[in-house]
Amino acid sequence: MFFTVEINNQKVTAKKGETILSLLNRNGIFVPTLCHMPGFSPTGSCRMCVVEVEGRSSLVPSCSQLVEEWMSIKTHSPRVIKARKTLVELLLANHPDDCLYCDRTGNCELQKLAIELNVTERRYRSRRPSVMIDRNCSSLERDSAKCISCGRCIRICDEIIGVKSIEFIGRGHTSSIGTAQNKGLNLKSCIKCGQCISVCPTGAIREKPALQTVIDALGNDKVIPVIQLSSLIPFSIGEELGIKSGKDILNLLRTALRKIGFRNVFDSSFGADLVVMEEAAELMRRIQNNEKLPVFSSYCPSWNLQVEQNIPRLSGHLSDVLSPQQIIGNLIKFHYASRAGVPAGQIFSVSVMPCTSRKTEADRNLSDDPAIKPVDAVLTTRELAKLLCIFGIDFSKLEPEVTEGAFGTYGSSGKLFGVAGGVAESVTRTLHYMMTGQELKNYRISELRGNKGRKEGKIKIGKMTFGVAVVNGMSNLRELLAELDAGKNDIHFVEVMACPMGCVNGGGQSIGTDEKSLRARIKSVYDADEEEMIRAAHKNPIVNQIYDELLKAPLSPAAMNFLHKKPLKD
Amino acid sequence: MEEQLNILFQKYPSDRQDLLLPLLQEMQEESGYLSPELLRMAGEHFNLPINKVYGVATFYNQFRLIPKGKFHFKVCSGTACQLERSSSLLQSLEKLTHLQPGQTSRDGKFSIEIIHCFGACHQSPVIEVNGKFYTKMTEEKLSRLLESLTE
Repeated sequence: MFFTVEINNQKVTAKKGETILSLLNRNGIFVPTLCHMPGFSPTGSCRMCVVEVEGRSSLVPSCSQLVEEWMSIKTHSPRVIKARKTLVELLLANHPDDCLYCDRTGNCELQKLAIELNVTERRYRSRRPSVMIDRNCSSLERDSAKCISCGRCIRICDEIIGVKSIEFIGRGHTSSIGTAQNKGLNLKSCIKCGQCISVCPTGAIREKPALQTVIDALGNDKVIPVIQLSSLIPFSIGEELGIKSGKDILNLLRTALRKIGFRNVFDSSFGADLVVMEEAAELMRRIQNNEKLPVFSSYCPSWNLQVEQNIPRLSGHLSDVLSPQQIIGNLIKFHYASRAGVPAGQIFSVSVMPCTSRKTEADRNLSDDPAIKPVDAVLTTRELAKLLCIFGIDFSKLEPEVTEGAFGTYGSSGKLFGVAGGVAESVTRTLHYMMTGQELKNYRISELRGNKGRKEGKIKIGKMTFGVAVVNGMSNLRELLAELDAGKNDIHFVEVMACPMGCVNGGGQSIGTDEKSLRARIKSVYDADEEEMIRAAHKNPIVNQIYDELLKAPLSPAAMNFLHKKPLKD
Repeated sequence: MEEQLNILFQKYPSDRQDLLLPLLQEMQEESGYLSPELLRMAGEHFNLPINKVYGVATFYNQFRLIPKGKFHFKVCSGTACQLERSSSLLQSLEKLTHLQPGQTSRDGKFSIEIIHCFGACHQSPVIEVNGKFYTKMTEEKLSRLLESLTE
């Protein structure tokens, strides 16, 4: 139902049931917001979006007030502008003014609001008790002094991730966002996905920095720095560097990284191909021997943490294949090193991931030799952009490198890991070949694509119907688990990605990415798959070569040693 | 203790998350304060994350998260007491015990809590220690009281 209301003395058509904010945005009127998150139910707690409604004595938050027929709305009256400005000034009253060297400077919503509303002085001052920065977690750092208590991190942690490791603590002006007993995030149910970073308007939460160790290693003659790139990095780092989103700049990146001093540039998607081989083989074994089903993919490190910390009853269902990052790390330290004739301890292996949780994963060294870590440092996409900036790389002057590094042939099946549903699709392709000896007729499994939080596909493999489920945004798992507990048994494989839409939207990616560029990233991953010659892990010649040379066969003792998690030793 | 808790948990069915507050109140009554262990158990019972339970417990003034001291001082900060200089009384109590409201001394002897009104305004300022009321308090009386308690 439509009706007309008056906004700033102009008649516009409003839909019944929409909020004032959505009406304004539809009509190209910009109202600043802070606690508002598109797609979430409104809270109306920050009051930044207030407007004046004739006949109402107080200002009205436009994000939560539904538009009504009698309304005459003023969005930028002097009273409204003054209220918004005062709000920002009050937020700034006890906000640290270290903007010059803050992690989020230039990308901070509070800073942006202060500029937009022309705040030019610190009109109010108040002290807040000094708080320690929580540096104990191996993935995240929380600086509560910069927190403005908008609650966006709490909501994404609860509603999208479904973990709830942070909550409003206390009441009134002393309330803050924190954890029970103010323990560090490392001791809490936190799964390190970093989605809180991507919604935080200020620099209150950020990834644990690893840049300095990498810079030190690059300047150290005694170590050989090598780097592995997640297959998503070339698609998404462009945004940080000012290049159009979704454009593949892999070859330019290779040149740049070699220029900086990395001896070799590896691609984690080769590790992903090995993951596909092992996960498909494990799945086939479990199906044929009637072992525990469904198998949950172990690809997402946050999901692994979730099972370990919060749903231990599922640990028997979790695949024990290592992640591509750790596999490439193992291959670098124990295979590439001996081939290059250098001791493994001399190699400094860096990985670049769209993910903060991978930092924790790399930190928990599960290899036999505690002195040798498969991955020495993990950078996020954002950190790599900073590294390139520190080293003064000008992309317009670079020639793309066309030579291929070690493990040079990458199919697209590993690259699909970056989007939710990609692991399931790749595993299905290879499983079909392993079980029937024939290729899947149509590689494109459209049930597993698209933006839904929970997807399910049924694929005929020989005589059986292979059921596969994909969950992204981990809170969507609740329903599936309830169904499985109730006896649903047509699912054989479940891929869980903690972040909504999968790694393209990971906690280490650029901050403030809108849905459009996310779609562009996803589309370019799928487009690359259509154009690729090698679209399944088992068809990659280098994968077959490494099985011939080193690993023998999937699930062989050598493969178990290199590619699988070892049982935890106490 | 465990038995008492089991009785408590039976009283509050685990699908009634709205009963978190009364459960916490009874838990506090039983054991004097809400230990991290009790908060965890309450969370487990209602299938709520411990952070949520902690958030609720810190929201309300009535909940104590650390044990009370052997002598628990309740200082009134109601309007009448304020007029009779209860705030300076509180200050000297803080000085004498080296404690802030809400804290408990390391030896477990003293703790201070601020009360908003005892309803004994005609006797203001009022301090309560372990159920006993001390009326028309002065700083002198307070230091004598503390001395007698430390002996």
